[in-house]
Amino acid sequence: MLEAHDLAARRGTARLFAGLGLAVAAGEALVVTGANGRGKTTLLRMLAGLSLPEEGEIRLDGARVRPFSPALRAAVAFAGHALALKDELSARENLASLATLCGAHIVDAELDAALDRVALGERKHLPARSLSQGQRRRVGLARLSLSRPRVWILDEPVTALDASGAALLGELVGAHLERGGLAVASTHAPLALPAARVRTLSLDKGL
Amino acid sequence: MTTLAHRDDDEAASDALGGFTWALARDVRLALRTPSELGVQLLFYVVVVTLFPLATSPDRAMLAALGPGVLWVAALLASLLSLPRLFALDQADGTLEQMALSPWPLPAIVSGKIAAHWLTTGLPVVLLSPLAALQYGLDAGAIGVLAAGLALGTPILSLLGAVGAALTLGVRASGALVALLVLPLYVPVLIFGAGAVDAFRAGMAFDANLSLLGAGLIAAALGAPFAAAAAVRIALD
Repeated sequence: MLEAHDLAARRGTARLFAGLGLAVAAGEALVVTGANGRGKTTLLRMLAGLSLPEEGEIRLDGARVRPFSPALRAAVAFAGHALALKDELSARENLASLATLCGAHIVDAELDAALDRVALGERKHLPARSLSQGQRRRVGLARLSLSRPRVWILDEPVTALDASGAALLGELVGAHLERGGLAVASTHAPLALPAARVRTLSLDKGL
Repeated sequence: MTTLAHRDDDEAASDALGGFTWALARDVRLALRTPSELGVQLLFYVVVVTLFPLATSPDRAMLAALGPGVLWVAALLASLLSLPRLFALDQADGTLEQMALSPWPLPAIVSGKIAAHWLTTGLPVVLLSPLAALQYGLDAGAIGVLAAGLALGTPILSLLGAVGAALTLGVRASGALVALLVLPLYVPVLIFGAGAVDAFRAGMAFDANLSLLGAGLIAAALGAPFAAAAAVRIALD
């Protein structure tokens, strides 16, 4: 259960949102929508523990968590705008490195299976600089598919993905929810998820 | 679901080791993939060291007196050259966020990055220094003391430099700012390092200088990774 109470954020002197509350239970996905500049990324970075809310608090399973607290770091996988890929390393090396950093113990067969699943099997030994934007996103999908944390925080995960990539993302998030995980995603395009599991939070209203 | 509330010390130590080795292996591997960058730094060191005999006089006594100081200053500058990139590249591509959110402790990951920085920039300078010192007519004993001092001192440069690099993340013209922040902190290292060689050449005891460098290394190794990690977190907020 991930909760937030009375969150407020500002950028410079402009107030992005205030008094924002949310609660996402295990097996649920929360989709955050809103026009550009409404604070979707800011909210997601707060939930991931990357930045301190101006006001309010974030609770994980009832316990208050602060930015970078160990409990939060063990529970959260964050996929932001930047994909954390190194141009010098191949897709496979990038994936192995990121998955290890995020606390997973991965064997080689799992790596290859994850890359096959996102249709990068034939390109896995190419340096990341020669991958297209959509293919780089797919490496990110492969990382999510190996990711153990139960809270997924995804900032605009559909960007640059084609239809099959978006469908794959829906499958991955769906399987994650089935396992009892929870997800918070900001997106413009709808995610292909069972409607019963998805709730929407709009940052456009109430300001 | 793992809870981290009741972990014991063994687990914490293995976490720290995991983060350290991960970052060390990754940064060394990345550095080896771009060997031209390593080469440029080393060449810079060699060129700076070579310029001084050309610009001053070929008088042996004067060069021998000048040598230790010049070799140390060149080592400082070579170490500075790569510092702005230490965290900035990882910040630009998002890896720094993932490091800060990793279950491994961030100071351990930062320590691994610093160790990799030393292995790829400091160690080559230490290994090259006997060759460079020949230009200054230093004798074998003085060269030994110089190399020992550099071996103890260059890791301090990487450690202190990492704090400066982390503090200037996201700042424009961070390269010059890192130099301004860090060079004053390098002064004691320079004094004790070059001083050890001078003491040896004057026939005095030089071991106190090296001991002070060693003590400085331990203090920097214990403090700098935590300071750099805190600065990285502030930069991400």
